[in-house]
Amino acid sequence: MFYFLAALAVGFSIMVVITRIPVHSALSLGGVLISIAAIFITLEAEFLSAVQILVYVGGIMVLFLFVLMLFSIEKWGGAALHTRTWKTAVALGVVLAGELLFFVWKGITPSLPQIATPAGLGGNIEAMGWALYQRYLLPFEVASVLLLVAIIGAVLFTRKQIPKDNG
Amino acid sequence: MVELFMQYLLWPLVKIIVVVLFLVLMVMAMTYAERKVVAHIQVRLGPMRVGWHGILQPVADTVKLLFKEDIIPIKADLPVFILAPILVAIPAFLVFAVIPFGPAPFYIADINVGILFVLAISSFGILAILLGGWAANSKYPFMGGLRSCAQMISYELPMGLAVVSVLLVAQNLSLVSIVEWQQKSGWWLFALQPVAFVIYFICGVAETNRCPFDLPEAESELVGGFHTEYSGLRFAFFFMAEYINMVAISALTVVLFLGGWLRPFPNVAWLSFLDYVPPVVWFLLKTFFFLYLYLWIRGTFPRYRFDQLMAVGWKWFLPITLANCIVTAGVLLFFYYR
Repeated sequence: MFYFLAALAVGFSIMVVITRIPVHSALSLGGVLISIAAIFITLEAEFLSAVQILVYVGGIMVLFLFVLMLFSIEKWGGAALHTRTWKTAVALGVVLAGELLFFVWKGITPSLPQIATPAGLGGNIEAMGWALYQRYLLPFEVASVLLLVAIIGAVLFTRKQIPKDNG
Repeated sequence: MVELFMQYLLWPLVKIIVVVLFLVLMVMAMTYAERKVVAHIQVRLGPMRVGWHGILQPVADTVKLLFKEDIIPIKADLPVFILAPILVAIPAFLVFAVIPFGPAPFYIADINVGILFVLAISSFGILAILLGGWAANSKYPFMGGLRSCAQMISYELPMGLAVVSVLLVAQNLSLVSIVEWQQKSGWWLFALQPVAFVIYFICGVAETNRCPFDLPEAESELVGGFHTEYSGLRFAFFFMAEYINMVAISALTVVLFLGGWLRPFPNVAWLSFLDYVPPVVWFLLKTFFFLYLYLWIRGTFPRYRFDQLMAVGWKWFLPITLANCIVTAGVLLFFYYR
């Protein structure tokens, strides 16, 4: 099951890169995300899987498509397959593949801290809530503040014109 | 071995077939009901020719849609054009995998993230409509798709927040457990969360692109909206998905706010004669009521303007549901966790 889903994810990610029509790329990205959500289900992380689909497919994908559609109406012919940044991309890819291969070769698995959840917490929602709001409260809050800053930044960008109009 | 086979293959399969058949029947019944109800609201007769009072009209419509020529525009993006109707129909059916029609044997699956599953699945619908509008490579469907998408995203947020306040009270994400909570507490949740209840249903109407929020298919402005270029069976998929989504929203409203399969006042003893009515019938009765409400609203209200629609969604519903969440959490914190 894992191999099938993993193959699916890899196949879709290749599609993301090689299709010439941006919307098709975005759709393939959706395929990748759904395959990953399915892998989460096989790992019994239903919550993560549902949130993955909700946030990535339902939110971010739709946003991507929205933007792509608004921009690519005139350029229906499709985006260029090769851009000038391909050398950097290849270099980065090689480095990343090297790192991954190194870890596979060494057989190192990163040791995740075991979180002691109180017994009787059924389901992974409770366990996840426990981990997030007890042990990892600080990182969680930092992340939320970061997101807040991003939102305020976005609002500021769109408001730039208004003071000018008012003189 | 036989038992395992029965438990994991045969029974689910039977249930799935029953539910799918039920939904298809519901779609046909709804198309008929819609025409009849709206006709009578407008002092017309509606379909009268096919069968007794036009009762066979949905059959005739189905046959017509099946045999209609399937036209694909030359400039359409073929893979996406074909994918979109499939993508819109699958999630519509999939939602019913977790909806409990009644106690124990009357649902397909009870997963512990039920309501999240529903929200996640229904977000596919937006994608499909956006893609369908885009793929035809024609301007009216495209604008309809964009409108639809903007509208559904805007109303998904207050809808999700309304659900959150229900979850806070019921303390569970599984739809079956939410109904069981309502049984235990003796209250249908709409009595405890009236604000969330009203907003949830209004958002539901907006999510299904129904009147008075049917701007994505405003005939006078956009021909037919995102499915203008679709015909025949592919159009039927979009059409069917819309009606199934209506059934889904009604069913979910019943599950979340009106006690699912429970009879009115589930813990009042002298009303126990109501138990002679099977739970599934109660569930369906309540669901039908909301479906009728859909038609009633359509027959009564004029269409919103797009900026009004957005203003209602973002400036009213979102803050109200957010406040509702905070107040609910505060009350719970104060009375139960002290």
